[in-house]
Amino acid sequence: MRFALTDEQRAFADALDALLAAADVPAATRRWADGDPADGLHLWGRLADLGVTALGVPEEHGGLGGTPLDVAVALERLGYHGVPGPWIESVALAPALLADAAPEVLPELAKGTARVTCAALPWAPHALDADTATHVYLLTGGALSRARVDRPLRSVDPARALAPLTPEETIGTVDDRVVDQVALGTAAWLVGAGQRLLDDTVAYVTARRQFGRLIGEYQAVKHALADVRVGLDFARPLVGGAARSLGSAVTPEDASREVSAAKVLASDAAHRAARTALQLHGAIGYTREFDLSLWLLRVRALLGAWGTPAFHRARIAASLRGA
Amino acid sequence: MTTDPSGGAVFFGDPDSLRDPDYLVGPDPLDHLEGLGFPGPPPPGSVPGRRGGTAPRDTWGSDRGLDFTERELAFRAEARQWLADHSPGRLPSMDTPRGARAHREWERELAAARWSVVAWPEAFGGRDASLVEWVLFEEEYYRAGAPTRIAQNGISLLAPIVFAHGTPEQQQRILPRMADGTDVWAQAWSEPEAGSDLAGIRSRATRAEGGWILNGQKIWSSRAPFADFGFGLFRSDPDAERHRGLTYFLFPLDAPGVTVRPIAQLDGDPGFAEIFFDDVFVPDADVLGGVGDGWRVAMSTAGNERGLSLRSPGRFLAAADRLVDLWRGRGTDQPAATERVVDAWIGAQAYRYYTWDTVDRLRAGGDVGAHGSVNKLFWSQLDVDLHETALDLLGPEQELVGPWIDDYLFALGGPIYAGTNEIQRTIVAERLLQLPRGDERRPRTDREARA
Repeated sequence: MRFALTDEQRAFADALDALLAAADVPAATRRWADGDPADGLHLWGRLADLGVTALGVPEEHGGLGGTPLDVAVALERLGYHGVPGPWIESVALAPALLADAAPEVLPELAKGTARVTCAALPWAPHALDADTATHVYLLTGGALSRARVDRPLRSVDPARALAPLTPEETIGTVDDRVVDQVALGTAAWLVGAGQRLLDDTVAYVTARRQFGRLIGEYQAVKHALADVRVGLDFARPLVGGAARSLGSAVTPEDASREVSAAKVLASDAAHRAARTALQLHGAIGYTREFDLSLWLLRVRALLGAWGTPAFHRARIAASLRGA
Repeated sequence: MTTDPSGGAVFFGDPDSLRDPDYLVGPDPLDHLEGLGFPGPPPPGSVPGRRGGTAPRDTWGSDRGLDFTERELAFRAEARQWLADHSPGRLPSMDTPRGARAHREWERELAAARWSVVAWPEAFGGRDASLVEWVLFEEEYYRAGAPTRIAQNGISLLAPIVFAHGTPEQQQRILPRMADGTDVWAQAWSEPEAGSDLAGIRSRATRAEGGWILNGQKIWSSRAPFADFGFGLFRSDPDAERHRGLTYFLFPLDAPGVTVRPIAQLDGDPGFAEIFFDDVFVPDADVLGGVGDGWRVAMSTAGNERGLSLRSPGRFLAAADRLVDLWRGRGTDQPAATERVVDAWIGAQAYRYYTWDTVDRLRAGGDVGAHGSVNKLFWSQLDVDLHETALDLLGPEQELVGPWIDDYLFALGGPIYAGTNEIQRTIVAERLLQLPRGDERRPRTDREARA
């Protein structure tokens, strides 16, 4: 029996942490939000050099042929550091989405020269960062089309440019279950973002004094953060378990149900982390200039991306009803 | 409890806490252990096993991602088959004379087939099962709807200590009779004045010829009304520092000078007792571990209780199955009720993966430590939520006495026993998140207040 991450997975996560911790990701994210993607694209290239974009691409297309768990481990770290761009779509979704319909894109994807975005009803009605993506697709009812971008919309997270799409040429049919990959990637990202919110808040309450003592000494503060920790600690193995199911020969129904469970629990955990982080930071947390806002707003956006919690709960209910 | 390759017992306590007497200030071991002897996991409510009906459809999901070995899968298959053939399903409450007898019979049946203590060495009636096999067995136990273990207190709380600190004579005398249900053990930790403060332990042991004389009172002692023996801490050196001067004693509950007064729990059954000690003689042979070493000895199982021992994920998976069955049977399409059913199911799934993650960490040489507090916070809340959801689905029938309300009342104890959830949150905050302890964490003890 084996459930823990492998040494290779841990080492990869450590390498990502080292690179991203030194990269001033918040500055890149702010410039990305202002319409200047240069720093973010540079970061894309550096992460591609480490192998992130190649993780989910099969070896015959120049990728690393990694498992869904490898992808989840990477996306959790990207979520922790708040990297801008259509990462979940490119890394978790694109390899499965394009495997049959557009395999010629996969080598570019692996190298990091292609950035793929996609909308899929009813999971994600708008494409993320279509303006900086190199490939834009729309998935409707199993039909995969290249798509053009309509007038962009604003997200609560200024670093997420969203656009409704108009389908152009249909390039193939795709099993809707590929969306499980991106829903799981979103769950992994949310766990990472939630962990960052917790870590930053722990750091804050152990530095900030009020009424003559560190606010982290107050029991109400401790207990609120303990509950955040519990939520994240239980969401993470569920994400890992769902990733293993996706990567095994398990029945698709079971895997989809586990993916939905992971998305629900990761969303709940990250949401709790965000609400608690804001409450414990007080007014400074309620500003755009403080970096906490980058994670607060990203989490809020991702709660609804690739299936809202209500959507995923309904999917689980339908599965349990029929089981 | 399981055994490591070197043959010694492996415990899930936090070694750091053993080296850190300061840990006693605030979240102290007694509070972790308070009420430890709650009846253990309730058996399936609505659905007995072979002798009573059909089990609900299994929604446990695939475990292919868990990568069990052939040997582990074979072990599981054997356990599953035996339990399917033998589980009597739900028995009468073990906190009644009739139920206690039925549970002892079940223990004997388990032991005869060597399923009562699978992780123990074969010499003591076990199967030398690995940690993975032990957790698999626990899953199967609940999947089969098998009865609550009346031997649980002894097996999970006392036996690990006997393996680690007992003399060979004590091991031979105690363990086989525990394994087959002949002797049922009751914990005797809590005292009226000792909740979160170990210094509050007043029951005392004084030296006598060939042994000790015990005086004082214990309370919230689960199992005691129908048990044979008790185990607990007594103050053997009144002048020592608060965590020193305690000694771990074993005693028969029918010894001269012992009075057991049953206390009815919320469900009306006498699941608790007060135990009064009036010049009770205990021979030196019934001191467990060293004199004055009781706190360290007791701590070696605190993490066990909050971590793995009683809270097999199978318990929650089985309960979630029953809840899903109830929900399907009721045909409710209220979205709010449906979402709560789904959340309970998700919680059971998460608990299963969390447990296997813990198992892997232990196998790699890690320990449960303060993660046991994370665990306890999660399952105790899940247990309450799951059963409240079931009661709401039952509508006006929810108040009728039956398996669901029984299990609900049991679940209500979860956030209280084995260390209240408030204590657990403080442990998580201070030991895992490294938040500062500050000054407000510790109320003064009675002794300090008087000083």
